[in-house]
Amino acid sequence: MTQSGKPEPILKARGLVKRYGRVTALDSADFDLYPGEILAVIGDNGAGKSSLIKALSGAIWLDEGEIELDGKPVNFRSPMEARDAGIETVYQNLALSPALSIADNMFLGREIRRPGFLGSWLRMLDRPRMQQIARDKLSELGLMTIQNIGQAVETLSGGQRQGVAVARAAAFGSKVVIMDEPTAALGVKESRRVLELILDVRARGLPIVLISHNMPHVFEVADRIHVHRLGKRHCVINPKDYTMSDAVAFMTGAKDPPEVMAA
Amino acid sequence: MAALQEFEKVLDKSDKNVATFRKHTPLQKVQHFLHSTPAAVPAIVLIAAIIIFGVLKGERFFSAYTLTLILQQIAIVGILGVGQTLVILVAGIDLSIGVIMVISTVIMGNCAITYGLPVVLSIGIGVLAGAAAGLLNGFLVAIMRLPPFIVTLGTWYIVMATNFIYSANETIRDADITEKANFLHFFGVSFKIGGAVFTLGVVLMIVLVGGLWYVLNHTAWGRHLYAVGDDPAAAELSGIRVKRVLISAYMLAGIIAALAAWVAIGRNGSISPSAAVTEYNLQSITAAVIGGISLFGGRGSIVGTLIGAMIVGVVSMGLNMLGADPQWKVFLTGGLIISAVAVDQWIRKVAS
Repeated sequence: MTQSGKPEPILKARGLVKRYGRVTALDSADFDLYPGEILAVIGDNGAGKSSLIKALSGAIWLDEGEIELDGKPVNFRSPMEARDAGIETVYQNLALSPALSIADNMFLGREIRRPGFLGSWLRMLDRPRMQQIARDKLSELGLMTIQNIGQAVETLSGGQRQGVAVARAAAFGSKVVIMDEPTAALGVKESRRVLELILDVRARGLPIVLISHNMPHVFEVADRIHVHRLGKRHCVINPKDYTMSDAVAFMTGAKDPPEVMAA
Repeated sequence: MAALQEFEKVLDKSDKNVATFRKHTPLQKVQHFLHSTPAAVPAIVLIAAIIIFGVLKGERFFSAYTLTLILQQIAIVGILGVGQTLVILVAGIDLSIGVIMVISTVIMGNCAITYGLPVVLSIGIGVLAGAAAGLLNGFLVAIMRLPPFIVTLGTWYIVMATNFIYSANETIRDADITEKANFLHFFGVSFKIGGAVFTLGVVLMIVLVGGLWYVLNHTAWGRHLYAVGDDPAAAELSGIRVKRVLISAYMLAGIIAALAAWVAIGRNGSISPSAAVTEYNLQSITAAVIGGISLFGGRGSIVGTLIGAMIVGVVSMGLNMLGADPQWKVFLTGGLIISAVAVDQWIRKVAS
């Protein structure tokens, strides 16, 4: 990313504060995500990454601070509201219902009803249509090794489940996709597949926030890296200008942040 | 695509099939079938039980009359089991469902006979009372976040005591109801098809099961019920209003308990507050569990509950005809419950 002619951030946060009792998880944190980029968020345990992500995805209420989406101030009171605004989140625990089918999971909380009497009076779900869309979305991301769209999610492997969660986010996210540790629970091969999925999603024009502890993965796919430390944005670096050890040094406070922020 | 990491280069030569499906052994196929068809196990048990008693007692058991008599006997517990199923599906339990039914019978009877209100209004008040009790359970579980077992154990006692205090333990006689408010006996009305005798209560049970089967499988609310029971945190993050779903499940269970009350008046004729000591709540849980509804929530089919109630009915009628000590029925029910939970656990292992 070049400094000149940079567009306005699509998602911007200023002065976020979140306290849990006497613990301050977010201490006037700032955040910027630009269109079409992959922004990695890294930070030590307890740095406030999760709180930051939860604030952006509507899962927690902020004590202070402002969030702007596309230049308009937003105030999410639930994950549903963030979703309606076009921010999709892939949570670390995936937020899938194991006993429900792949199609049911993809449409959980935003089911499509049949047209006409069946839908409006009997509230009947349009299963064939939901299954068709689910199948299309999974094929788009090259995930159709899954044979049966009606099979329960708990019968899938870890990588396949991750794929379903990513496909759900990519299918419905119109502005931003947030991914919390998408490769943490996966093997080498499945991680590779998920990284490809992330790049696929970016290629379709969606900006991505990627939270990860895995430095090789972060440096491979990220356009910029947001280093979170002690509840605030410590610095933003370009992965091409710094090494992984630099990033870890910033993250742990072993090294002072660069004078000029790349943000 | 970005360049591969050094350690990943060897992946080029590796098997490119990401997590394909392995071949299943016949036993695993059975496991998968049962996993996707939760009512299959109880259905097999029911058919087996009917065949066994049919062989042992022949025509006397295996007749339309006897089999429909069983349906009449299980109507109340079957309907309560349907309500119980909704609560168990959201990983809860409703110990108060039986006494909610009994207090609803008393309220319906008192309104219609003692206060002289119109019958339809009396039934409406009884249903409202059931809904209110369910709402209280739902509020305590969803908003106060208390464990369902404790909440409904508490409301069980509270509702039971209220029932005895309010009614002064006075029975409303069959003759009075027939004279003043015969509509309360509506679900006791029976009709014949050949040798088969059905009551309207049986019809209501079957209609309820059919209706809720549709709602649970083909509406968003039904899917949300399963999702909430399965993993409430995941459901919340998926945008489901978990509290609302929980409260609606408990409330609907209360309403269904009140419908069971109306059916119970039809079946028993009179209204007796002392019915509160019958363990209807445990019988409804038994029907649901034998029917394959998982006590951990999120799994099972409502049809299973109906079959579960039928199994208990068939076993008890069969043993009765064989002249066995009634305690054997209780004994066998216990065995069925434990087997049902064991099978449930095994089916759940399908993922691993």
